[in-house]
Amino acid sequence: MLEIKNLHAKIAETDTQIINGLNLSVKAGEVAAIMGPNGSGKSTLSYILAGREDYEVTEGDILYNGESILEMDPAERAAAGLFLAFQYPMEIPGVATMQFLKVAMNEQRKARGEDELSTPDFIKLVREAAGTLNISMEMLKRPLNVGFSGGEKKRAEILQMKLLAPSLCVLDETDSGLDIDALKIVADGVNALRAPDRATIVITHYQRLLDYIVPDTVHVLSKGQIVKTGDKDLAKELEAKGYADIIAQAA
Amino acid sequence: MTAPIQLTAGEEAILAAYNAKAQSLPGNAETVRARDAAVHALKTNGLPTRKVEAWHYTDLRRLLKAMPHGQGNAIAEVDPILPGAAIFAVDNGVAQPAPAIAGVNTEQVSDALRADVGAYVPAFNGDDDAIGQLNAAFVSGGYRIAVADGQELDQAIEIQTRTGDTQAHTAHSVTIGANATATMVERCLTKGDAMLSAVTTINVKEGATLNWIIVQEDDLSATRLAKLTFEIAEGATVNLFVANFGGKLIRQEVHAACAGENAHLNFRAINMIGDETHCDVTLVLDHSVPNTTSEETVRNVVTGKGQAVFQGQIRVAQIAQKTDAQMAANTLLLSDEAGVSVKPELEIFADDVICAHGATVAEIDEAHLFYLKARGISDKAARGLLVKAFVAELVEELEDEPLVEVLEARIDNWLEAHG
Repeated sequence: MLEIKNLHAKIAETDTQIINGLNLSVKAGEVAAIMGPNGSGKSTLSYILAGREDYEVTEGDILYNGESILEMDPAERAAAGLFLAFQYPMEIPGVATMQFLKVAMNEQRKARGEDELSTPDFIKLVREAAGTLNISMEMLKRPLNVGFSGGEKKRAEILQMKLLAPSLCVLDETDSGLDIDALKIVADGVNALRAPDRATIVITHYQRLLDYIVPDTVHVLSKGQIVKTGDKDLAKELEAKGYADIIAQAA
Repeated sequence: MTAPIQLTAGEEAILAAYNAKAQSLPGNAETVRARDAAVHALKTNGLPTRKVEAWHYTDLRRLLKAMPHGQGNAIAEVDPILPGAAIFAVDNGVAQPAPAIAGVNTEQVSDALRADVGAYVPAFNGDDDAIGQLNAAFVSGGYRIAVADGQELDQAIEIQTRTGDTQAHTAHSVTIGANATATMVERCLTKGDAMLSAVTTINVKEGATLNWIIVQEDDLSATRLAKLTFEIAEGATVNLFVANFGGKLIRQEVHAACAGENAHLNFRAINMIGDETHCDVTLVLDHSVPNTTSEETVRNVVTGKGQAVFQGQIRVAQIAQKTDAQMAANTLLLSDEAGVSVKPELEIFADDVICAHGATVAEIDEAHLFYLKARGISDKAARGLLVKAFVAELVEELEDEPLVEVLEARIDNWLEAHG
């Protein structure tokens, strides 16, 4: 489903090279964890996948379902089924969460040539999805993410993911700022979306999240490259030995 | 005596128009003297340039290049913004007979100009009052509206100023009686090569509440010079909402005085400025007695080669202790050639007051934009959503469902055309 080939990328403004020949392949149905120390390029990778303009790909390619997405803008990538759950979801004053959800769902439907949702259908979908994530309709009337707690923001991200039903989910440090109860709700939400035709990339610093979202593959990112790949036991090994050892072994 | 100034084409056009029209304008001998005095002032000083403080960002002498000399075309009536509102129509400067409303007395300014007694005398307020001068010279009609004491008007009044391919000069004087409540909409519908001057004087008596809403939807070829004066008596409240959506040269002056204790002014403006529109909102507010309050919030959205101007002057008299005045002007610039000039001014002579002003100028937040686009919202729709959020906040505070809907639809249309 996703094929990243020899990817090199830099921060457009400063020319700082962040990704240095990264290779990664994720199959449909797979949950892949990307782990790495601070500054290894984890969040950068998620932004590049989503199409953020602050980064410039200088070499290599990203193939999604066999086609390069490098020329697509973020909205086109989203409509094609790519979803990034942000580490720090943006607070947007003046835009009610419900209104935002409706626009997002309908814009994606429009881009795919589907009819817009009727208001009753839309509300029904939101009500169902919100219920399982412990999100009140009251919260959704508030401006998008404004004044939401850390847990509420992450749950709102998973709600969006559920409603938009992407085929490739990228979760960037979804566990950061979550207590254990909130973590379980978020993990349940992600697990409920596991499907044979959907791939998930879980980016995390800590192994803890992977107790709840059990990955099929684990990849260690260091200095903008995948230096080691294994199964879920690799995450446990990282937890036990720390990044320095594993990265040193790989080098 | 200084040497006569070299008149610009615009000034020549004003004098020529006066010479051509003076005979046919309504008025008794007193009116004629007042008109002549106004024209004399214009001729002597010329139109104000940027050297005149009040016109520093709107150089009228440079911007007003001509006066339309067409005979005028009729503009059709449109549905009122508030359902069921009574329409007071001013067609090319001629006020049509007004519908009768219980508790409201309406007379014609043109009758007052002709009357033997000085029921309405055109006047201007000093050398820098170019709008007052122009209007005094040419005023042809308008309404004198008086809402009776204690009257709570259920029906809104919408003054539709319809001007097509001509110049028109209107004046209204409005009195809201003690403890009365009224909602009035000023609708500016100007088409083609047109120029309008409008002077409106409003007296809000003790304990009264007035909602005054200006919706300006002029053609991009239109010039509108408007001056609105409020006197707000003890315990009275004025909620003034200004929405500018078009025009070539727009100047909306608001002169307000919180003249009685516990008087309150709530002033909000949204200015959607694109193409080559120059849109100037100038506020002069006096807190002249103790214990009065005001809020002023202006949001400009500027794109294309649009130019936004906001001047906000708050003057607090020495006796006006416990004044609370909060002013903010925020601008979103959407294009490289769009511009904004903001001049907040506080002139405070009392020592126990709360007065604040703030001004921000920003572009669309790229991080916000990316977040919305990452959810599949197209660039245009995402920008529209963010711009709308910026102005809709003020609109929603109106808490008047039909009005909010109409204004949001206007904002959507503007965004569709300028996105």
